[in-house]
Amino acid sequence: MEIANLPISPSQRAKLLSAGYTTLTSLSAVSPFQLARDLNIALQEASDILKVMPEFTRSESLHGGNAILKGAQTAWDMLSEEQMQKHITTGCENLDTILGGGIHCKEVTEVGGVPGIGKTQLGIQLAVNVQIPVEYGGLHGKAVYIDTEGSFMVERAHQIAEGCIMDMLDKFRHHQKVILACQEQMQPNSFLANIFYFRICSYTEQIAVINYLGKFLAEQKDVKIIIIDSVTFHFRQDFDDLARRTRVLSGMSLELMKLAKTYNLAVVLLNQVTTKFTEGSFQLTLALGDSWSHACTNRVILYWNGNDRHAYIDKSPSLRSASAPFSVTSKGIRNATSQCKRVRMM
Amino acid sequence: MANKLISQMGLPPSVANVFAARNILTAKDALSLPEFELMTLLGMGLDQVKSAVERISEITCPPYQTALSLMEDRVRLGGHLPTLLRGLDDALCGGIPFGALTELVGPSGIGKTQFCLKLSLLAALPSCYGGLNGRVIYIDTESKFSSRRMVEIGENSFPQIFQSEGMAQQMAGRIIVVRLTSLPEFTERLQQLKLTLIQHDVKLLVVDSMAALVSGGNDTRTAGPKQHLLRWPLSFLKSLAEFSRIPVVVTNQVRSQSSNEAFHYPFQGKEKDSSKNFERLESHLIAALGIQWAHAVTIRLVFEAYSGQKFIKVAKSPMSPARAFPFIVESSGISLLNDDGFKVMGREINTIRFQGHNILEQ
Repeated sequence: MEIANLPISPSQRAKLLSAGYTTLTSLSAVSPFQLARDLNIALQEASDILKVMPEFTRSESLHGGNAILKGAQTAWDMLSEEQMQKHITTGCENLDTILGGGIHCKEVTEVGGVPGIGKTQLGIQLAVNVQIPVEYGGLHGKAVYIDTEGSFMVERAHQIAEGCIMDMLDKFRHHQKVILACQEQMQPNSFLANIFYFRICSYTEQIAVINYLGKFLAEQKDVKIIIIDSVTFHFRQDFDDLARRTRVLSGMSLELMKLAKTYNLAVVLLNQVTTKFTEGSFQLTLALGDSWSHACTNRVILYWNGNDRHAYIDKSPSLRSASAPFSVTSKGIRNATSQCKRVRMM
Repeated sequence: MANKLISQMGLPPSVANVFAARNILTAKDALSLPEFELMTLLGMGLDQVKSAVERISEITCPPYQTALSLMEDRVRLGGHLPTLLRGLDDALCGGIPFGALTELVGPSGIGKTQFCLKLSLLAALPSCYGGLNGRVIYIDTESKFSSRRMVEIGENSFPQIFQSEGMAQQMAGRIIVVRLTSLPEFTERLQQLKLTLIQHDVKLLVVDSMAALVSGGNDTRTAGPKQHLLRWPLSFLKSLAEFSRIPVVVTNQVRSQSSNEAFHYPFQGKEKDSSKNFERLESHLIAALGIQWAHAVTIRLVFEAYSGQKFIKVAKSPMSPARAFPFIVESSGISLLNDDGFKVMGREINTIRFQGHNILEQ
């Protein structure tokens, strides 16, 4: 492990190197006093440097249980925590099935597809569904909707909220108690009031909003989903230096991953498609390149299969790759009408 | 807000000065660098850089709105330019939406320009007749704009207005036609437009056609390298629409699909070879501007013709399902044959058909 990787200022790094501290191990045994004398810097500064170091080495080796290492979890604890988690339903049972119950919290899910397939529809649907009250089996959370393309239509959100409420009331019509308990929440307008909408006009703003979200989420409790529609648009329009684009994007995805973990929420990124020349033919693939494809936990591709819209799990650490039909109705995303169960495992 | 100056963000002077000294002046400069690179460049510690970036982000980040307040705004300010084609207006929740990019795509001669002319008139009409009572900027790249035809459409669809003295002149006077032929010229004009739109109460911006700007010359080969030239105008058009809350309508041409463009994902395999051949026989047209462009438009209306009939198809829209309406072009412009239309399913939504209009056969 080299000193060069430590997150300290270059002047400090230069001093460390010239004093002969080249590796982390050489730093680990030194006391702040000694370091301050060797580098000819203030004691405070020296102890700051040493403070940076353990944090940094810890993230290097994440083995062992929580009793052994602070901030870590055993796999068993993670499992039970996972089982406690509720998922955000997409409104389409088949889609929920292949997603393992819906969109997962603490994970970054990317959804891509050709224009007009229903990405924005799914985004709006999730922003609505996350608000289903606990009594109705939902999460009763709020939603952050980051719109980079201007395609969020509030009229449509209202329609989808109405559709969602109608279906919920229908499903729970025998539970009068539940219906009475959350009469107030089950209004389309109160659904709309809990969608925080950011309209982004450049990639700078997109980065800014993601950096700022940490603070925003600390103030606004109960946000359970962040939807970015689409993550691609500005990065595809006006970024010339592709190498830098990749680094900025990966910084952004790390930040999102961190938000998802810290605030226990789901992050859904909508992505566009592009064509790629592989093995002698043009094929569709999601935009932003190969290194970006590592940035998200799950990747779902929406595509046309004959006359039906289908969703395909392209990448996931825990789910089998599978496809399921869905349809976009006036109420929102629902099961495909033509056939009830046609989930295909691959 | 990307160009906000860092010196005015209330950072501690010592930090702000370092930013200035390293020539990182705007939020854009600072935020498009990874944190680590920023540290190296500024020679500051992680904590300092982090808090500076946090501060810059907070200020650069646009304020949020709840969807509810968005809805209230929409109701208050009005949000649509009605096309007066009832079926289409219903499908689009009231007409061409403000603040969004609407694209008309279809083969030549099918009626895209007719539709644009009618829309221009509608935006210019006084509000008591269902118009927006504003000016229109019509960017004509193919020299297809015909004022005679426009007045004819006006006379036939709104006789009561156009027969009164001086009204035709007043209406036509509100429509400003800009003739352009090249993309650089277009880019330059767009920048000037930003202020004009607000100062002169412009209510509609039409670009007819966008594809002509790019495809000038031979476009039979890859459209790829040329497409990137459109990136800037594209996002600028979108932000113009958003910023001045007007509808922006652009038209797009079609080109024939070349044989090696297979549009499916690797995981779908080659199962649909037979159906693909069938499809290729039936439709060889695709929109001239490629998939990246298609992603960026909010609403796409496809104009197509088959079995002796012309159709307008809502192919992409965030608020309505795909629906097609048969139409004819009359002296009063485009009119729908029925307002119910019919549902379109699956791949048909994106195909553009053009056949059955051979005059010799009729």
